[in-house]
Amino acid sequence: MKICLVGRSGIAAFLAFAFLSLSVQLRAQFTPVPAGSAFSIPEAQLLQPVALAQLLQTTNKDKPLILQVGSHMLFAQAHIPESEYAGPGSQPAGIEQLQNRVNALPRKKPIVLYCGCCPWNRCPNLGPAFAKLREMGFANVKVLYLANNFGADWADKGFPVERGN
Amino acid sequence: MSGLRGVLAIPSFIRAAPRTLWRSSALKLLLCLFVGTSAAQTPKAATSLLHKEAPEFVRIDLENRRLDLRAYKGKVVLLDFWATWCASCQIEMPRFVAWQTQYGSRGLQIIGISMDDDPALARKLYKKMKLNYPVAMGDEKLGQIYGGVLGLPLTFLIDGQGKVQAQYQGETDLNLIEEQFKPLLRP
Repeated sequence: MKICLVGRSGIAAFLAFAFLSLSVQLRAQFTPVPAGSAFSIPEAQLLQPVALAQLLQTTNKDKPLILQVGSHMLFAQAHIPESEYAGPGSQPAGIEQLQNRVNALPRKKPIVLYCGCCPWNRCPNLGPAFAKLREMGFANVKVLYLANNFGADWADKGFPVERGN
Repeated sequence: MSGLRGVLAIPSFIRAAPRTLWRSSALKLLLCLFVGTSAAQTPKAATSLLHKEAPEFVRIDLENRRLDLRAYKGKVVLLDFWATWCASCQIEMPRFVAWQTQYGSRGLQIIGISMDDDPALARKLYKKMKLNYPVAMGDEKLGQIYGGVLGLPLTFLIDGQGKVQAQYQGETDLNLIEEQFKPLLRP
C-alpha cells in the first residue's frame, strides 16, 4: 500500500513538474502580446491586401496616402508603390517623423498605414502610429493587415512592389 | 497504471490507442494540437535558397572583427537575421546562446545579422543579451541576396558544404530547428 501511495504521489509530482516545465517553455517562446501592439487596432480599421491592391489601381483624388511605419531597411528592399517611409512607429523619433509628414493634411484625408516587419501580434510599430494619427484627429485611417510579414503576405502573393528609398 | 487515472487529462480515445498508433504522425499531430503546442504552428520553410549555395558576404562585426561567411565552411551555420524591434527575434536569442555553448565544439556556428537601421540599438541589445556569437549589421543589399529579408525573424541553416538546408521564417518552433541541425553536427 505504501509503495502504491509513493508511486502515485511520485507520478503526480512528475506530472505537475512536466506541466510546469511545458508552461514555462511555452511562455518563453510565445510571450504575451505587448501593450500597444497591432492587436490594439480595431478590426473595422483593418484593410486586407486585396482591397489595398484594388485601391492602388484607382485614379481618383481620394486615393489614400500610404505610409510605411516600420524599418527603413525593409522599405528599401521592397515597398508598396507610391508609399512613403514615415519612420518606425515604435520609436519617438519615428512618431515625430510621422507627425511632421501628416500635420498639414486635412483630417479627412484617407491614410493607410502598413509595416509587415514581423507577425501581426508582434508588430511594435503599427499600434503607436495608428494611435498618433487618431490623436491628431485623422478619422479615415486604415491599417494594412499582414498576418505574417510583408514578404509572405504582400510580395510573395504577387502584389506590386518597388525598391529603393 | 491505475495511479495515472484522474491525473492525466488525456482523452480516453487517445489513452486507448494501441502502442503502434502512438508512433503515427497523425496521432502525434493531434496530441500536439490538443496540448496547445505546435508542430502545426511552425511556418513552412521557404524554398528560394533551399539546397543552393548560401550567398557569400564579408562584413565587419560588432566587435570590429572581419566576418566572412566562407571562413565557416566545414561548420554548420545558423545565420539569423534579427532586429531590436523584433520581439520574436529576442525570444530566440537565449536559446541561440545556449546552442552556441552546447554545440559549438561539435561544429555549430551561429551568426547574427542585425537589420536595424541604427547600429547603436543593435550594439546595445548585443551586450544586453550577452550574445556569444558574431553579429554584423545587414543592409538592403545583403537582404536582397538572401531572397529579400521582408519580415523577421529569418534564419538559414547552412551545412558544412555551404548549402542552405532549411530556412525558417517567422516565429518558429525552436525544437524543430534543433532537431534539424543536430544530425549535421559532428558526433
